[in-house]
Amino acid sequence: MTKKTMEIKNQRDVIAARQAIREMANNLGLGLADQTRLATAISELTRNVIQYAGEGTCIISDESDQTTLRIRAVIEDHGPGIPDVDQALADGFSTGNGLGAGLPGARRLVQDFNLESKPGHTKVTIEMIRRKW
Amino acid sequence: MKIPILQLKNILLASIQVDLTDEDALEFQSDVLRKAAETDAAGIIIDITALDVVDSFMARILNETATMAQLLGAEVVISGMQPAVALTLVEMGRELTHVKTALNLDQGLEKLNNCIAAKNGIVTPREGNRRDND
Repeated sequence: MTKKTMEIKNQRDVIAARQAIREMANNLGLGLADQTRLATAISELTRNVIQYAGEGTCIISDESDQTTLRIRAVIEDHGPGIPDVDQALADGFSTGNGLGAGLPGARRLVQDFNLESKPGHTKVTIEMIRRKW
Repeated sequence: MKIPILQLKNILLASIQVDLTDEDALEFQSDVLRKAAETDAAGIIIDITALDVVDSFMARILNETATMAQLLGAEVVISGMQPAVALTLVEMGRELTHVKTALNLDQGLEKLNNCIAAKNGIVTPREGNRRDND
């Protein structure tokens, strides 16, 4: 099992994080489409960290077992938190840059998406899950 | 990271070869618009063949750049989007709505030239198909 912890402090780290998860996905044999989905989701989520919290961490890990290929990413920060999670996940909602596709967009790209947020701690966990053949 | 913008007669050509930070993308946007105004460009091609991630921010920058360039009187074509990038954008609910796109640079140039000719009232052989491209 491989695991990688990355500090997210600036925009270069956003690029490094998405390259790291792409590399992990590639090493595990995921195709280009899945690699791109993961890299894009990480890009959205780590950008949110920079934008709303200033800094945070991104941990990517291979959680595969014998039957299932599973890549997990946990993105955490200690920023102000998301006041209304449901609203943040609704299409078209954004407080930061009028974009509105970051969270809901990332959610559509992965199989499992979990968001916990309170003032001082926001944690997003995503998983891409593929059956091994 | 500065993206070179080349001028070919009345067309500007920019090829994005590296992953751009948000700041780089914004700088590129203002560079393209400034150069379009300076050179009185009729069209702009932005080739994104080398981009393996276009997230919602980059998509917005491309959309906005096209809309802004149109306000300056220049048509914009984005060429070379990778299939996996197109798939991801649509799945996310993002699209390049204000931009004409083309499979590669060659087709992008053709589309742009047709577009410019049509705007200038010159009928080209492809004119009849133009609705497909809009």
